[in-house]
Amino acid sequence: MNALRQYTDLYNAHCKDIDAHAPALLNELRPRAFEALQGKELPDTHTEGYERTSLDEMMTPDRGLNIMRLGHSFDLSTAIRCELPNVSTLQAYLVGDTFVPTEGLDRRLPEGVIFTSLARACEQWPDIIKPRLGTLADLNDVPTALNTLLCQDGAVVRIPAGTHLEKPLQIVNVFDGAEPQMAVRRLLVIVEKDASAMILTCDHSKSDTHSCLSLQVTEAWLDEGASLDICDMEETAASNARCSRLYVSQQTGSQLRANIVTLSCGTTRNDMRTDINGEHCRTEINGMAICTDRRHADNCSVVRHLQPRSHSRQLFKYVLDDYAQGAFEGSILVAPTAPYTEAYQSNRNVLASSTARMHTRPQLEIYNDEVSCSHGAATGQLDEQALFYMRTRGIPEREARMMLMQAFMSDVIDSVSIPGLADRLRHLTEMRFRGDTAVCGDCPAK
Amino acid sequence: MQHKAPAEAVAATGEYKYGFTTDIDTDILPPGLSEDTIRYISAQKQEPEWLLNFRLKAYRKWLTMKMPEWAHLDIPPIDYQAISYYAAPVKKEGPKSLDEVDPQLIDTFNKLGIPLQEQKQLAGMAVDAVMDSVSVKTTHRQLLADKGVIFCSISEAVREYPDLVRRYLGSVVPASDNFFAALNSAVFSDGSFVYIPKGVRCPMELSTYFRINAKGTGQFERTLIVADDDSYVSYLEGCTAPMRDENQLHAAIVEIVVENRAEVKYSTVQNWYAGDRDGRGGIYNFVTKRGLCRGRDSKLSWTQVETGSAITWKYPSCVLAGEGATGEFYSVAVTNNRQQADTGTKMIHLAPNTRSTIVSKGISAGRSQNSYRGQVKVVASAHGCRNYTQCDSLLLGPDCGAHTFPYIDVMNDSSVVEHEATTSKINEEQIFYCNQRGIPTEEAVGLIVNGYAKEVMNKLPMEFAVEAQKLLQISLEGSVG
Repeated sequence: MNALRQYTDLYNAHCKDIDAHAPALLNELRPRAFEALQGKELPDTHTEGYERTSLDEMMTPDRGLNIMRLGHSFDLSTAIRCELPNVSTLQAYLVGDTFVPTEGLDRRLPEGVIFTSLARACEQWPDIIKPRLGTLADLNDVPTALNTLLCQDGAVVRIPAGTHLEKPLQIVNVFDGAEPQMAVRRLLVIVEKDASAMILTCDHSKSDTHSCLSLQVTEAWLDEGASLDICDMEETAASNARCSRLYVSQQTGSQLRANIVTLSCGTTRNDMRTDINGEHCRTEINGMAICTDRRHADNCSVVRHLQPRSHSRQLFKYVLDDYAQGAFEGSILVAPTAPYTEAYQSNRNVLASSTARMHTRPQLEIYNDEVSCSHGAATGQLDEQALFYMRTRGIPEREARMMLMQAFMSDVIDSVSIPGLADRLRHLTEMRFRGDTAVCGDCPAK
Repeated sequence: MQHKAPAEAVAATGEYKYGFTTDIDTDILPPGLSEDTIRYISAQKQEPEWLLNFRLKAYRKWLTMKMPEWAHLDIPPIDYQAISYYAAPVKKEGPKSLDEVDPQLIDTFNKLGIPLQEQKQLAGMAVDAVMDSVSVKTTHRQLLADKGVIFCSISEAVREYPDLVRRYLGSVVPASDNFFAALNSAVFSDGSFVYIPKGVRCPMELSTYFRINAKGTGQFERTLIVADDDSYVSYLEGCTAPMRDENQLHAAIVEIVVENRAEVKYSTVQNWYAGDRDGRGGIYNFVTKRGLCRGRDSKLSWTQVETGSAITWKYPSCVLAGEGATGEFYSVAVTNNRQQADTGTKMIHLAPNTRSTIVSKGISAGRSQNSYRGQVKVVASAHGCRNYTQCDSLLLGPDCGAHTFPYIDVMNDSSVVEHEATTSKINEEQIFYCNQRGIPTEEAVGLIVNGYAKEVMNKLPMEFAVEAQKLLQISLEGSVG
């Protein structure tokens, strides 16, 4: 199979249309991406690092790309409601890959804060966008290059120096679901010196009749002393597939807290690469995945310590049931230039059925002796004794199992710092464990 | 009292004790590899037709294979045509008694401290000594024969016990298994063969010493151990080589078959020449070791102390195919100067209620790179399996690297697999404490490292434990040997 070919062919046939409906700054990046893709293929199970997830297979089905930027046919305000309990957020939608702000969004933003579509930001603030767009993303990575080749829009968040944005920014990714669709999104997050922000992105699908694929690349810049809390929550449908890349660059004294949550997607592959380019940084990356039926979740997180005296911590937890398959690859790299690094990584998994599978590869690459690093991985079951104890106290087995699974996930959930989100997540995971589709509060979408 | 920083203490290089060469007439085949080379080796050893075919098939497979590149190693290109594939100490007939053995050869093994002489029987160890390509002497034959234990060179086994060899050779590591296994299957020259019959506890430790002596040669030995039902054997392996500027290739295969309730303990102290301080010379140690725990409640335990070799590529594995089988792997890998090691294990759980333990201790110093790479796999039908893995790395110096690459695949809900790894530098408070009490830093490092590796050292048989402990201490102090 060579699914990449259909995309490069598509580009060759429609490059004029793609360019015509995209900002010039994005178009400038395409030739290099096209060159990088020459002679390459999408990674499949024979590619190192992708043994469990074939992106080639994921991207083979023919899904529609909205090259001509046609508008959506449904009313967003009635189709989806995604609000955090008792918290007001600054919200915008990405329908497919088209940015749709909620009413009055611009007025509600503090001065200097940019939260808008990539296309608009490229036109209005090219001097802010140009030096940062496409500089973190690695074009040697085939999905990243493919995203760069086809991407036409996305979102930009920029917090100017010294600004502390108290309200969380929320990006609601929606798939129409009326036809097989592919969304090629690009997010650029810039948190300038001593600024802070919280960003919640959540993926939804209006219906699950068709297979939708999101190919998303996020570049996040944390300047000196900046702080960013980012939560990437996926709650679409089993028919969907997701391939995402998150590139982070941290400067001196910056803090990153990222949560990667996979709840309902059919096939998921998330790659995170965090480069610590300054001293005294703190990095915390937590992830969870709940997979049932034949769902598949694969997370790959790389933290690269390039400067001394930083601290990083990664925790990923999976609960796999039925025929689900989970994969995790976590890596800590400590460069010779990064003494006094503390880096920890942990991966814990529960297999709830005899047919579920887990593949994990925690890795350490240490080129320096002034470090304290560790990783741990464990795959097992729920504690039989705890189950027995609960049953002796009259809790039915099903309920007891659910409580234990919920408890198992609690440290990942509690690590979410965006107000109200931990409660929402607790509710969603509980619904998932009960076997219901995860739906927030009173949202009419599935 | 010396107060060197640990890194400096480690950097000082001394001499490799086993670096001498022995002036023994050697029959060396000119460098180069072709079907003719293989036919020549086979003819020299008067091998039967089936074995020649086995070799040729492996060679043809090897021609289609590429050298693996996935390891965290920087391997300079190897010219396989520049290696001589057969070197044997010249002898007229096989020696009937020790008197007929070349005295130079006995000297060599005496220097190595190997009790080759029959009068040293009290040392209580049966030794098969392999020099370059040929097994030169096996001791304690009679005592073992009385028990029904077969312990001889593999070429002898091919002549004397062809059925046994034919049945088991290549059954654990097929010729097509990997690049170096295919190469070994094509050109292997000698090695040891062990067969422990049903219900026999081998009365002594069996041991093989490998020695590369000739220049420009590679060593390709093959070890085959079969432990029949309810038997037990402990097998030791040691290796040394002279100091040379060139890199020499060592590509061996060890195959072990463990039947019902049998137990095999395989210990290695690997001390091939590691090259000099700047990384000139040294042995490339590319070895395939695998045991098949075929029987119910069988047990295989690997213990290794790796201090030598310029580059090590080695993953002693256990295939746990019998219900209730146990696999163990205890390893200490030390790298210094410009050594590189990518070593670990594979535990493949194929049967229910199988258990495995992995304890790996890596120590890197100088400018070396030391990686642990291990796989634990539990297939869907293997219920109730248990694995515990612990791999710790100790870094001595700012320019070395320590890496961990575990692969964990679990495919059922009744098995528990745990992995833990830590990386840290040597504890300065402990060094300070030793210094305070008059122990120089160099000695303190040795002391701390030995304590760190104790868990593995305890698993070694007594004879080896003492040697290994010394080796570890001095290989880090710099005076390797």
